[in-house]
Amino acid sequence: MERKLTCIICPLGCELTATLENGEVVSVSGNTCKRGEIYAKNECTNPQRTITSTVRCEDGGLVAVKTDRTIPKEKIEECMKIINAATAKLPVHIGDVIIKDVFGANIVATANKEV
Amino acid sequence: MRDLVIIGGGPAGMSAAIAAFKSGIKDILILERDERLGGILQQCIHNGFGLHKFGEELTGPEYAFKYEQQILELGIEFKLGTMVLDLSRDRVITATNSEDGIFQIKAKAVILAMGCRERAKGALNIAGSRPAGIFSAGTAQKFVNMKGYMPGKDVVILGSGDIGLIMARRMTLEGAKVHAVCELMPYSGGLARNIEQCLNDFSIPLKLSHTVTKIHGKERLNGVTIAKVDENRRPIPETEEFIPCDTLLLSVGLIPENELSKNAQVNISAVTSGAVVDQDRQTDIDGIFSCGNVLHVHDLVDFVSDEAEIAGRAAAEFINGNLKKETCLHIETDGKIRYTVPQKITRKKDIDVYFRVSDVMKNVKINVHDGETLLLSRKKQKVAPGEMEKLTLKKELLDSAQSLKFSLEVL
Repeated sequence: MERKLTCIICPLGCELTATLENGEVVSVSGNTCKRGEIYAKNECTNPQRTITSTVRCEDGGLVAVKTDRTIPKEKIEECMKIINAATAKLPVHIGDVIIKDVFGANIVATANKEV
Repeated sequence: MRDLVIIGGGPAGMSAAIAAFKSGIKDILILERDERLGGILQQCIHNGFGLHKFGEELTGPEYAFKYEQQILELGIEFKLGTMVLDLSRDRVITATNSEDGIFQIKAKAVILAMGCRERAKGALNIAGSRPAGIFSAGTAQKFVNMKGYMPGKDVVILGSGDIGLIMARRMTLEGAKVHAVCELMPYSGGLARNIEQCLNDFSIPLKLSHTVTKIHGKERLNGVTIAKVDENRRPIPETEEFIPCDTLLLSVGLIPENELSKNAQVNISAVTSGAVVDQDRQTDIDGIFSCGNVLHVHDLVDFVSDEAEIAGRAAAEFINGNLKKETCLHIETDGKIRYTVPQKITRKKDIDVYFRVSDVMKNVKINVHDGETLLLSRKKQKVAPGEMEKLTLKKELLDSAQSLKFSLEVL
């Protein structure tokens, strides 16, 4: 079986073709770099995404956050629920962990916010 | 008198300042109208920035922070909350803020780095009333990401540029239902990766060759009529479809913000809506440089930073009296290539020429001619208007050239 994919790793957006046998990716074509091949393999077996969003701070303002690694794609909605239930204590600095271990990733601040 | 004044403290202004500083100019002042440096990057909280410059995927605020930190470390002076009101041909800047009132500065060199703004709904001529609930995608982005307000629950997006695609995902993550993204053209102006991760991931339909033909609702938007368009981009009445929604986001193009450049009588290109510049990003007026989205709209901030560094280094040379013009070659284009930046060449060295094409085309050849002589030719598998291309002209090639014409040939 063949599956067509668009690589999301970089702005090139290579059109990939993954060939699957018994649910395993046996070959990938259309990729410009090694990362495309890894992406295609993951995408067919265990699709992953980085989530970016905002967390409410104790002063009512917002701070931008991201998952510090990818999480399973099917957990996006649950991940957003956890992010939206949290409150960040001020001050917040880039890289600070706001929520620990959300589907294997930490939610970290991507901006600074002073008191 | 200041050595260098930079108008705008976004990615272009910051990169230009750092490059000029590293080229030996210490007397630099950045004027920024917002309350912090970083420009539009501050509200672009999604990732995908910095792959070219830093080899890692950063969010907008993270990318901005890397430059802001350098500005602070180098001690480059900046004024926030400062609006520039006027720029004259002889480089006198009139600006205002709440601390200094109205003030004037004369600069040895000026770098224009004001960025761009979104095309508004007034430019679109959509029939119907004007209820609340219609926003530009960037305005919605600011509400959601900076203020924490949701503009609505049921959304239609007109225009499939990257900001529209990013906002389709963002609104969905925050619980809204995005019913469709309509694109007038038969192709999207956004990056393929964004169609994949912003629309396909959430099963949001992308309706190519579709537009919004009517806006419904009195006080608040209660729906839009969309229709397929023919090859002349005219709506086909029998394809009209009503979509109930309370929010319409417009992502229909960006326009360089060149009011100040016009005050200074900088020559503006009708194609890019930005200044006409040479390889140093110097405009037709000596000592006034332009870079970033005020010069031409870029796809990636990484390229904005690259371009601003060129302008920053050249401004330093100008201030030190070392920027000497050697020639003046105008780069012609054939229409299939919409424009090039730079548009002209005044010094002979290795020059990266950036350009955009007019349509999506496959298996093409980019040719550079000097009269009848073919100087350079490059094959490309695929070109699209949404993706900026680059070709390097070597110094040796420019040495003997009398004219330069960029053309595109479909194989």
